[in-house]
Amino acid sequence: MLAVTTDPSQDWLLTLFKVVCVFAVVMPMVAYSVVAERRISAWIQDRIGPNRVGIPFTNIKLLGLGQPLADGLKALVKEDFTPAHVMKVFYWMAPAIAMVPSFVVLAVVPFGSRLGEQKMVIADLDVGILFTFGVVSLGVYGIVLDGYASNSKYPFLGGIRSGAQMISYEIAMGLAVVPVFMLVGKLNLGAVIEYQADGAWLLFKQPLAFAIFLIAIFAETNRLPFDLAESETELVAGYNTEYSSMRFALFFMGEYAAMIAGSALMVVLFCGGWTLPLGDYFNMPAESLGQGLVHIAVFLAKIAVFLGLMIWVRWMLPRFRYDQLMNIGWKRFLPLSLANIILTAIVLWVLNS
Amino acid sequence: MEGTLFNLFASLAVLSALLVVVNPLSRNPVTSAMFLVTTMISISGLFVLLGAYFLAAVQILVYAGAVMVLFLFVIMLLDIQETARRKLNLVSLAMGLLAVGALFLVYKSSIKTTYGDQTQHQEAAADSALVEAVPAKVVGSTQALGQALFSGEKGFILPFEIISVLLLVAMVGVILLSRKEQS
Repeated sequence: MLAVTTDPSQDWLLTLFKVVCVFAVVMPMVAYSVVAERRISAWIQDRIGPNRVGIPFTNIKLLGLGQPLADGLKALVKEDFTPAHVMKVFYWMAPAIAMVPSFVVLAVVPFGSRLGEQKMVIADLDVGILFTFGVVSLGVYGIVLDGYASNSKYPFLGGIRSGAQMISYEIAMGLAVVPVFMLVGKLNLGAVIEYQADGAWLLFKQPLAFAIFLIAIFAETNRLPFDLAESETELVAGYNTEYSSMRFALFFMGEYAAMIAGSALMVVLFCGGWTLPLGDYFNMPAESLGQGLVHIAVFLAKIAVFLGLMIWVRWMLPRFRYDQLMNIGWKRFLPLSLANIILTAIVLWVLNS
Repeated sequence: MEGTLFNLFASLAVLSALLVVVNPLSRNPVTSAMFLVTTMISISGLFVLLGAYFLAAVQILVYAGAVMVLFLFVIMLLDIQETARRKLNLVSLAMGLLAVGALFLVYKSSIKTTYGDQTQHQEAAADSALVEAVPAKVVGSTQALGQALFSGEKGFILPFEIISVLLLVAMVGVILLSRKEQS
């Protein structure tokens, strides 16, 4: 094996089972965050939103919770059109490349304490956060290749913009979390959560790092106010102009999976992961099955809060201009996060000497 | 298991590295760049097998994630067209093979001097023995690497600092070259 686990009792079958479980939880989350996005946007804009689709072939409406089924079916049966001017191989590969990294990131995120003997994380890597940054940085290829393969002007502009944007904000994001690991002393994500048990959330110790990381996640997921890659008003639909049916849906699902992965990282790094400052029951690794499930539920609830925040921000703020985006990234966040590192180092040095 | 994975990653690395330069299906520079990305990723797989998790993660982060994206950028922005197929030049082929062979001998002898006795015993077991000859835990862990890099006595603090100054010089140079003349 890759020797990624510290626990020798964990064998590959259990790992496979965990992968399937995480996938089975994340896919419906993706589907329902799309519904949440549409309902919340409708609420903000004083509309009604999709509230009709319920259980198929019945009259039960269930507040429109059947909408993802209808959306998925629509994407599947629509014509999958490949324009004649595209570069076929890259055009076919791009949606998959855009979607995969968000799921791979979830492999190192500890989503609960333990169920029985099993740690609730797929791969307990010692270099967890470096792995996530590495994989996140591979996500650029999806959109850049898409822009190139589409062989038309709007997707090309979208792809180039997105590439430059993601590289710029990755640097700010990476530097922003350095103070976190100076405090924790380890790169393992489980260790970060352990450090934050009892409510010593890094959100309060490192508010500046949290703010920069949060905004960088918006930029990394190409969400408004930084959705320069898509920006309907200038680039038609940006990078997915030439895509239709299921391939378009893959980009769409990739965006929401990236939101979930980003929220999960924020929860783990700054908001205590699966812990709650409400006594030992929520802070110590679970001893019973029920307690383990409660921890997972706490983690999912925290993710839902961040997803709600991201959706809310999207419909409340206007889009930045491209030069503004670059100025914020390089001239504000980069110096700020460097200053934060030095400040944290000085404080740690004073406290330890 | 480790042997299989080593063979997988090693052959993937070599195959995609070959496809970067001699792809029979395409002369498109973007295709070459993408195969270079797969080479980088396979090499980071090899690092994982050696127990060097930090290096593996940084390899993906820096090379596959940042450097190659910039390569792609330059290729796209300069709009480099597909290059014409060149005829095989026997002289350059011979010179290339000579260079590769010489490099191989250098590596082989350096491995022999470093792990001399161990490898001589296990030469029959060839490849997999080399993997095991490296004490994985000591080299790979992030803490050990950091301590080795930043400690003054037995460490590498001086070369490390010299390299950082070199990078700084390169960056200042780029800024100076790309700066527009203020009139």
